[in-house]
Amino acid sequence: MQYLLLIYGDESGRPAMTPEGLQQMSQAFGAYTEALKAAGALIGGERLRPTSDATTVRVRDGKQQVLNGPYAETKEQLAGYYLIEAKDLDAALGWAARCPGASYGSMEVRPIWPMGEA
Amino acid sequence: MARDDARSATAAAERAARESYGRLVAFVAKRTGDVAEAEDALSDAFAAALKEWSRTGVPDRPEAWLLTVARRKAADAGRKRRTGADAQPRLMLINEELEAVNVTPEIPDERLALMFACAHPAIEASVRAPLMLQTVLGFDASAVASAFLVSPAAMSQRLVRAKVKIKQAGVPFHLPARADMAERLETVLDAVYAAFAEGWTDPQGADPRRRNLAEEGIWLGRLIAHLLPDEPEALGLLALMLHADARRAARRDVDGGFVPLADQDTAQWNTALIDEAESLIRRAAAMGRLGRYQLEAAVQSAHAVRRLTGRADWPAIVALYGALYAVTASPVVALNRAVALAEVEGPGAALRELDALEAEVFAAYQPFWAARAAMLARAGWPEDAVAAYDRAIGLEMDDAVRRFLQGKRDALVN
Repeated sequence: MQYLLLIYGDESGRPAMTPEGLQQMSQAFGAYTEALKAAGALIGGERLRPTSDATTVRVRDGKQQVLNGPYAETKEQLAGYYLIEAKDLDAALGWAARCPGASYGSMEVRPIWPMGEA
Repeated sequence: MARDDARSATAAAERAARESYGRLVAFVAKRTGDVAEAEDALSDAFAAALKEWSRTGVPDRPEAWLLTVARRKAADAGRKRRTGADAQPRLMLINEELEAVNVTPEIPDERLALMFACAHPAIEASVRAPLMLQTVLGFDASAVASAFLVSPAAMSQRLVRAKVKIKQAGVPFHLPARADMAERLETVLDAVYAAFAEGWTDPQGADPRRRNLAEEGIWLGRLIAHLLPDEPEALGLLALMLHADARRAARRDVDGGFVPLADQDTAQWNTALIDEAESLIRRAAAMGRLGRYQLEAAVQSAHAVRRLTGRADWPAIVALYGALYAVTASPVVALNRAVALAEVEGPGAALRELDALEAEVFAAYQPFWAARAAMLARAGWPEDAVAAYDRAIGLEMDDAVRRFLQGKRDALVN
């Protein structure tokens, strides 16, 4: 099965991080990504710019509305994701727990709903 | 007598039918990942077994009997639903699974794997016990709903939602890896204990459906202890339930009045169950991995020595509740420890402990006020005791317990 691992964290803490701290975090994510690759579990993944760089769009009554900022103000924000292949939920939860994001913030694990499947 | 025989034959047939049904649901669900479909495939056959086996006796190969009926029903349904293009591949899949069971000489017992799926942390905690009762034991949603005091519609909605999640999120049907075992087993044991306690707290002790649920809890506990003989907490939970069950008859007097543990006639305790519980506790202790259920069982064991020595082992109970508090940090455990302390150091010490507890947590908790009242009475403050009894009486749902508290209160006034 495929699972999306969504990495949530408090992005307001990031500017306060020391260069060493940032480097450590980036190395930890690098090592984790390599581990996913080596296991043949990685399908894709990216980090995201902070929500201050987000723009939200919706169409209501045929009119397009463009809003400055994220869809919802939350305490923790979506900071990145991995798309992985895993045997079952326990395997996916195992990967999520190993992600550095699980220690900085929280990981949400969502099964992919393949197109064409009821 | 003849009627008793018929009743026990019916009970044995029902037990056998539930046993076989649970095995087959677990086996098929593990292969397809779909609990609801496994239940659907077997439900008609199970209903037929419940009806027929009490009359005809349990067949030699009960699982084979169920499968034969299930395959026939599936084939009938397939013919009827030929127009429903959607149903066809699914039915074929189930038929293949049933076929696979048929050629397996002995169906492996996957019920434990099914229980781990039902009590998976991804499943909402309150639905784990109902889900287990339905899938492993074949109780329908309305029976489970009445036991848990929830409307049948709400219960079946929650059960359906949980089964959808098991399927769609890929909740596995397997024993957890060794590193996760203790944590995952705890959720399974908690669900079994929830089922047991739901039957146990039946206030009147009179609702047969709920009393049944305590039995089912013990049955699930036996199954787990049998399938995981090296897990001390599984043995601890079974011992805890058996100790409680051993006192069932002593909990009410001839008039249906409530009899507190301290006043129970030990001659009415079931010695066979106590002995079984004790041997489980010893086996678990020898494994050297202490846990919550073993400690709870040991508390019951320290109460049960009263049948031999005339007095519960109160110092042990105080120490065990202390250890339990270290594990659970539960305010109810702290309350129980304080009550036990009264038997070792007197009511004054117990009252000091009770005063130190956070009062808010217990504002609406009857046992706190009843305990406080008893301590105040023993310490020689009848007026304060009456006030505490009044509060306890106002919080109690059970008539028998309320009458008991009323009696204690009135004795102080007169």
